[in-house]
Amino acid sequence: MAANVSTTNEKAEMITTTESNSEVKNNPRNGADVLIQALHDQNVEVVFGYPGGAVLHVYDAIYRNPVRHILTRHEQGAIHAAEGYARVSNKPGVVIATSGPGATNLVTGIADAMIDSIPLVIFTGQVATNVIGSDAFQEADIMGITTPITKHNYQVQDVNDIPRIVKEAFHIANSGRKGPVLIDFPKNISATVFDETLVDASREEEIYLPGYQPNTKPNFLQIQKAIQAISESKNPLILAGAGVLFADARQELTEFAEKYNLPVINTLLGLGSIHGQHPLNFGMAGMHGAAVANDAIQKADLLINIGARFDDRLTGDTKLFAPNATIIHIDIDPAEIGKNIPTAIPIVADAKEALNALLKKDFPGPDTTEWLGYLNAKQQDTPYWYVEDEKELLPQQIIEMVHTITNGDAVVTTDVGQHQMWAAQYYKLNHDHQWVTSGGLGTMGFGFPAAIGAQFAKSDKKVISFVGDAGFQMTLQELALLNEFNLPVKVVIINNGALGMVRQWQELFYDGRYSQSLMPVQPDFVKLAEAYGVKGYRINNKEEAFSILEEALNSNEPVVIDARVKQLENVYPMVPAGKSLDDIVGVKKF
Amino acid sequence: MKRVITVTVLNQSGVLNRVTGLLMKRQFNIESITVGHSEQANISKMTFVVHVEDEIKLEQLIKQLSKQIDVLKVNDITEKSIVLRELALIKVVSPANLRHEMNSIVEPFRPQIIDTSKNVVTYQVVGHPDKIDAFIELIRPYGIKELTRTGVTASVRENQPIDTPQLSILK
Repeated sequence: MAANVSTTNEKAEMITTTESNSEVKNNPRNGADVLIQALHDQNVEVVFGYPGGAVLHVYDAIYRNPVRHILTRHEQGAIHAAEGYARVSNKPGVVIATSGPGATNLVTGIADAMIDSIPLVIFTGQVATNVIGSDAFQEADIMGITTPITKHNYQVQDVNDIPRIVKEAFHIANSGRKGPVLIDFPKNISATVFDETLVDASREEEIYLPGYQPNTKPNFLQIQKAIQAISESKNPLILAGAGVLFADARQELTEFAEKYNLPVINTLLGLGSIHGQHPLNFGMAGMHGAAVANDAIQKADLLINIGARFDDRLTGDTKLFAPNATIIHIDIDPAEIGKNIPTAIPIVADAKEALNALLKKDFPGPDTTEWLGYLNAKQQDTPYWYVEDEKELLPQQIIEMVHTITNGDAVVTTDVGQHQMWAAQYYKLNHDHQWVTSGGLGTMGFGFPAAIGAQFAKSDKKVISFVGDAGFQMTLQELALLNEFNLPVKVVIINNGALGMVRQWQELFYDGRYSQSLMPVQPDFVKLAEAYGVKGYRINNKEEAFSILEEALNSNEPVVIDARVKQLENVYPMVPAGKSLDDIVGVKKF
Repeated sequence: MKRVITVTVLNQSGVLNRVTGLLMKRQFNIESITVGHSEQANISKMTFVVHVEDEIKLEQLIKQLSKQIDVLKVNDITEKSIVLRELALIKVVSPANLRHEMNSIVEPFRPQIIDTSKNVVTYQVVGHPDKIDAFIELIRPYGIKELTRTGVTASVRENQPIDTPQLSILK
C-alpha cells in the first residue's frame, strides 16, 4: 500500500507535462506559470495547499503544468504537513494558500517553523496591487503579520522578479539557520504576461544577497581553543541539538563522541542526532529530561553545545545552569551565541563542518573513564520510571509497546503535552530525521498533519503519530487525506480525557483545581475514523493493548488507535519552570 | 546605557518595518531613529539611538539586526569620534516687545528664524541633541507652541584618535 503513495496519477502527470511544454511555446506564460515552473526548477516534489480567489491563476497553472499538490482540509494542516515533510526529508516544505483568511490560517505554522528553524517556502495569494491597502475582499496585511515570524518575506511587485525571488527564497529558507520564507503574490501579477526574453538570463543568474552570507566554516583559532579545552577537561559533555540534524552530522557527532569517549545528551529537538541506545547517549535533558542528563550538565566542567540554543525548557534558571562548566557553543546563528548562556568559546559554523574540523586533528583526549562510570551508575540508579497501575493502562506503556513493535525504526511525530514528553522519553530513536515534534512554539494540532507530511517524504517508512485526545481534535479533519492517498499513517491517540499537561500543572501548582482542563465528552474516535473511511481501534486495558497495537501497527493501511489511558498520570522527572536543574523532582532511585 | 547605532540597509519595501519590529519584539527601547538615502543608489542608512541595559543586550541587538537579510552593515559608533546632529523646529510665542530679547538670548545657538507672524516665531536649530535640549530649556519660559525634532543622525569622523598609552592615562 505504501507504494501507492508515490504513484498516484504519475502517468497522467507525465502526459500533461509534455502537453503543457508545447503549449508554452505558443501561449505567453503568466506570472502563475512562471511561479510553478520555478517550483519545478527547484525540484519541488510535493506542495501542500488550499486554493482560493487570489490564487486561482496559480491553481490554473498547476492544472496545466502539474506539480504534485496535496489538498489539505485546512491551511493549518497544509503548513504542519509541510513542516513534517521538511523535518523528515531535510528539504524545504512548500505551501500555497490564498489571501486573507487562507494566509492568516498559516500564521501558527509559520511561527512554529520560525522558532524551530524549519525550512519552508510559503506562497500566499494577495489582492491585486491596485487595491492593496483598501481593505479589499479577503485582504490581510500578511507582510506585516509575518515579518516577525519569518526569516524573510517578499511581496512580488513585478512579474519578471518571480524567478529571482523564488530562487532566493529557497536559498534563504534552506541555508544558514533555516527558517520560513514567505512570498506574497498579488493576483494581478499572477495574471501578467512574463517577458520571456528574461528567462534564460534569470535562470542562470547567481543569487546575489549582499546582506546574507551565513558563515559555515569554523574559525581555526576557535577550534584550537576548543580542542585545548576538551583535552584539559575532566567531565566533558556534548549537548546535541537540532543543528546536528539540519547539518546531517549524526555520523560525525557519533564518530567524535566515540573517538574521545565523550558522553552525549540531547535536547528535545536534537533527539536522533545519536542512536537512542548508544552507550555514550545519556538521554534528553531539560524540564522533563532524564535525571542523569540534567545531573551531567550540572556536574560537567566542559559543556560542548552543538546546534542547540539553550532554550529555557532546557536550562531552567540560566544563572544556575551548568555552574562548573566552560561553555563551547557551536551554532550557525551567531545571534544564538551568548544570548542565554555566557559562552567562553564561541564557534559560528555549520555543525558538520565544525565536527569535521575537530575530527581532523588528533589530539590527546581527556580520560573520561571515571566520569562515564559515574554517569552510567547514575543512569542505572535513576531511569525513567512509572508505577504500574493495577487496572488502568499507562501512557508510558503504550509508547514502550509501540517502540517494541516498530523496533525503534518508525518515524515518530508528536503533538504537544504529556504524550510528547513520554514519547521523547520512551521511544528511543534508531535514526536521524525520524523525530518530528513542535519544540519551541509547542503547537497543539501539529502532530497529526506533520505525520502526513512525513509520510509523503518517506513513503516506505512506518509513520507513527502520537497525539493527545485534545490536540488531535484541533486538526483531525486531515483524516480525509489518509483515506484519499491511502497514507498508512498510524495515529495513536493517548486518550486521557484531559489536557494532560495543563492538568498536571494544576495538580502540582494550583492545588488540583482543574480549571477547564478536563474533557468529559469526547467523540468516539473509532467511529470518527470510520466516518473518514479509516480503520479505527480501541484499546481499553493492558491485557489487550499489545495484541491490538501489533495488529494495527503492522497493517499497511491508515489506522487510528484510541488508547484509553490513566487520566491522573504525571510526567516525571520534572524541573519546575524557572528552577535550577538541581531542583529536579520526581526522580526515583532504583 | 545609550548607544548610537547605524544600520546600512537595502532599500526594499518593508525593511524599516522589519528593523523596528525586531527592536520592539526583543524589547529594545528606541529613543530616536532617522532614515534616509545614502551615497549609493538603493541603499539607505538608519541611525538609531537606543537604551540598552548591558553589554549582552547590546551584543544581541547588533547580532539580531545583522541577521536580517536586507541589512548590510550594523555599527555601534558610540565609542568612536563622531558628529551627532539633530534638527529641531520650535514655534514660540513672541510678542513684538519680547522678540528682540529672545533673539539675543538664543543667539549663541545660531538658530535660524524660518517663519514669523505677528505673535509667533519659528526657530530652526541644528546641532548636537544636548545643544537642542539646552535651546529648548532656554526658550521654554516664553511659551513653546509647537516642537518637532528630526532625531539624531551621525557621521564617523575621518580622523579617529589613536589609543596611545599616554592618552589612556587621561581616561
